[in-house]
Amino acid sequence: MSMRETFRIALKNPKFKIGITIVFIMALIALVGPLLTPFDNMGYYPIKFGNTTFSKPTTPSLPPMSKDVVYGPEGIVNVTHYLGTDSFGRDIYAQLTYGMRSSFLVGITAGGLATILGLLIGFIAGYKGGWTDEILMMITNIMLVIPTMALLIIIAAYLPYRGVAIESIIIGLTAWPWTARAVRAQTLSLKNREFVHLARLSGLSDFKIIFTQIMPNIISYVFMVFILQFGGAILAAVGLDFIGLGPTKGMSLGIMLQQAVLWNAITLGYWWWAIPPGLVIAILITGLYFINTGLDEVFNPRLRRE
Amino acid sequence: MSGIKRYLLRKTIIYILTFFFAVTIDFIIPRAMPGDPIAVLLSRFATLPEAAKYLHSYFMQAFGLNKPLWEQYLSFWNAVLHGDLGVSIYYYPKPVAEILKEALPYDIALLFPALVASWFVGNWLGALAGKNRKLDTYLMPVFYFLQASPYFWLAILLSYVFTFKLGWFPISGAYSYGIIPSLSWEFIKDYLYHWILPFLSLFMVQLGGWAIGMRNMIIYEIEADYVRYLEALGASEKTLMKHAFKNAMLPQVTGLAIQLGLLVAGNVTVQIVFSYPGIGYVLMQGIMNQDYFLIQGAFLVIILTVLVANFVIDLLYALIDPRVRTSYTEEGT
Repeated sequence: MSMRETFRIALKNPKFKIGITIVFIMALIALVGPLLTPFDNMGYYPIKFGNTTFSKPTTPSLPPMSKDVVYGPEGIVNVTHYLGTDSFGRDIYAQLTYGMRSSFLVGITAGGLATILGLLIGFIAGYKGGWTDEILMMITNIMLVIPTMALLIIIAAYLPYRGVAIESIIIGLTAWPWTARAVRAQTLSLKNREFVHLARLSGLSDFKIIFTQIMPNIISYVFMVFILQFGGAILAAVGLDFIGLGPTKGMSLGIMLQQAVLWNAITLGYWWWAIPPGLVIAILITGLYFINTGLDEVFNPRLRRE
Repeated sequence: MSGIKRYLLRKTIIYILTFFFAVTIDFIIPRAMPGDPIAVLLSRFATLPEAAKYLHSYFMQAFGLNKPLWEQYLSFWNAVLHGDLGVSIYYYPKPVAEILKEALPYDIALLFPALVASWFVGNWLGALAGKNRKLDTYLMPVFYFLQASPYFWLAILLSYVFTFKLGWFPISGAYSYGIIPSLSWEFIKDYLYHWILPFLSLFMVQLGGWAIGMRNMIIYEIEADYVRYLEALGASEKTLMKHAFKNAMLPQVTGLAIQLGLLVAGNVTVQIVFSYPGIGYVLMQGIMNQDYFLIQGAFLVIILTVLVANFVIDLLYALIDPRVRTSYTEEGT
């Protein structure tokens, strides 16, 4: 099945449609959302004095849809806090939408890195076989047993400065094992097929055979793997941020949740601070699962319930 | 060698290597990372010159920084194998091993029931959804949503509803301040009262995963040839389901090992929400206070716990899967 044909069939699948719609809406909010608020990514109101910008907090602990005023050099500005403010007078909506942007970024880079690593290791182990396979699978199995989060914690704890890029890289470097094992199994089942033998006889290099003969056959599978890695990376990042090992500067959904818990948002009843950051993640990842189930049904007719 | 023995031997080798790898990581990372953790640690004791002096000599001994690297590595192993994980900075002068030993029972009392209960209830609900299409349309989105929720967010949600709104359960700690831990009925009641929300957070997220797994397997198995054959023979629906369920079960047992890592990570974050005094909470204190010995110690204990649990799951699998018993030729799953 070509990619385009697959997509056409998938669009008839209701689960796939629901999933795509959810993810699309979330991506739109992440992309456009920050443009609709005057506040910066930390939720402060930026006030310009010549060349320098000052971050000004507004009224703390306002519930959603509160009107507020900011006193700037140009006079009084009327603002609306769509999702209220936190205990420090920072706009929640701005933090949330900018945070979603960074979540998508982590998902794409870390998920992409993990997918690529998993593919490479799986292909090489499966195609080469022998000792290469033994050693690569030994490493994979060891990495599988160690909880990824524990490994992330120990690495991140020793980094004095952490940005979103570094966070993505360490998540990507630890999330590949299950993908490698699954890809290896797929490669094993493909490498003895006639077209692969033929390619080998015609003198193609191993590298070329893997990428021109084997990979196209599992491209749809690769796509599903990426979706799961994308979601997994977002969850890993939010967990890491929550325990205080996320980016040392800036804001993210996990950091919002951490601050909400540390500053007693729950006992104070500030639900607009503590609930939305996790809710958008749960909804986004539910959407990803729907896409995957939909695709699974497309590729695997036995799962269709007709 | 019999199938089971070979299977377990192979698994054990992997676990020993994993432990070796984990200890090595624990050794390498503080030395390879930029910055000087020891200088950071000592600077935190600037106001306590006595403690700083003691720590300085302790570090010199523990890290043996003037010795060659391989010698440092060997003495590190020696310390780990003797259960010496260093001294905590935050809880100074308490040894890390002691802190973790006190915390671990709280983790096990949360993790074990959450894993077992979610496994049984999740598989049961998943099987229901798998065979009943109408039920499936309502249940599946719920399962997905639960599985997609970050553990600690669900914990926040539960504590908002049950503590803030309804006031049914306490929000933090493992027991009330006034009570001294003992085996009295009063303490157990108080303990369970604090235990229920952290437990539910872990239980519900896990439940979603198990249910989805079982649902998919049942749908897959119901279409299998052997079930069609049974159907053609006129077997009752109950018999059909029994056979499908049995076959769908095996991947769910293998899945236990994979879920365990996620559950342990989830447990760390949930404990932070409820200030629950297990390893997760201790780890958070370590991170917030740059208490590296504590972080490293917690890392090792988490891995050791997961390895032991994995081994138990392997034993379980060997017992229920006849294929392991008869032959073990393929590589382990």
